[in-house]
Amino acid sequence: MKSLKDLEKMREQAKKKMAMRSDDENQYRVVVGMATCGIAAGARPVLNKLVEEVAQHHLPVTVTQTGCIGMCTLEPIVEVFDKEGNKTTYVLMDAEKAAEVVTRHLIEGQVVTEYTVGKYKQ
Amino acid sequence: MPDIAMHLLDIVYNSIRALAKMITIRIHDSEKENMIEIIVEDDGCGMDEETIQHVMDPFFTTRTTRKVGLGVPLFKEGVLATGGTFDISSTVGKGTMIKACYIKNHWDTPPLGDLAETLATLVQANDQIDYLFTYTSDTHQFCLDTKEIKAILDGVKINEPEIILWLKDYIKEGLSQ
Repeated sequence: MKSLKDLEKMREQAKKKMAMRSDDENQYRVVVGMATCGIAAGARPVLNKLVEEVAQHHLPVTVTQTGCIGMCTLEPIVEVFDKEGNKTTYVLMDAEKAAEVVTRHLIEGQVVTEYTVGKYKQ
Repeated sequence: MPDIAMHLLDIVYNSIRALAKMITIRIHDSEKENMIEIIVEDDGCGMDEETIQHVMDPFFTTRTTRKVGLGVPLFKEGVLATGGTFDISSTVGKGTMIKACYIKNHWDTPPLGDLAETLATLVQANDQIDYLFTYTSDTHQFCLDTKEIKAILDGVKINEPEIILWLKDYIKEGLSQ
């Protein structure tokens, strides 16, 4: 049974972590489209999977949300930005594919080409 | 949208886009009263009479990327299909309230869905917004106040991934009691 008391412990851990990574900037920024089109296509579980994986592997990655990315038929869409600002757009995502993108792209640094928008639109 | 939690997520984004700082979500799920009532109240920029009339129209949106906005019309249609009621009231500069009431035992009433994941997703979206969430049924109630949680966290961001995971489980437990 969880209680608000647990948060005190988590707070101390988070503070320690923040002190440690102060000059170690984030490697990737991950953006999930969460407009009506994204939500209806299943973006919520994708976002939650990304947050879960980032938390469990303690990755130096920020996960953020945005509105409609503009290709509603290819939702859920996930964009990954690296430190240099290069963007990779993953389309037709689900929680399983999102976990794979975390392992192969965010951890191992390799773009998962089979899920990118280039596979669907030239 | 397969369930009520998805609609809720979608319409609360309207409050976020209206620059709300405090959003109150109340869900009353009652077999006795045969209703599922969802109330979302925000302190965002509000809408004038004309805009309120427009938001029910699928061919209205404030967004400039394209010409349709389906969030509110989809939600409203779904509620009315069960014989329920749907109301929006709003004051420019003060905020907006949406009140949707499904008839619980109607064929077309969708399941509640994963409310914990919807709330965790909303808190994740922006750590500057506060939520007061209450759920009441015939037998129990659950309340989550992000201001209370932020006070405990003492400067640690409420949308740190670890905290979001914990919140989701905390809400899940609170709702399933």
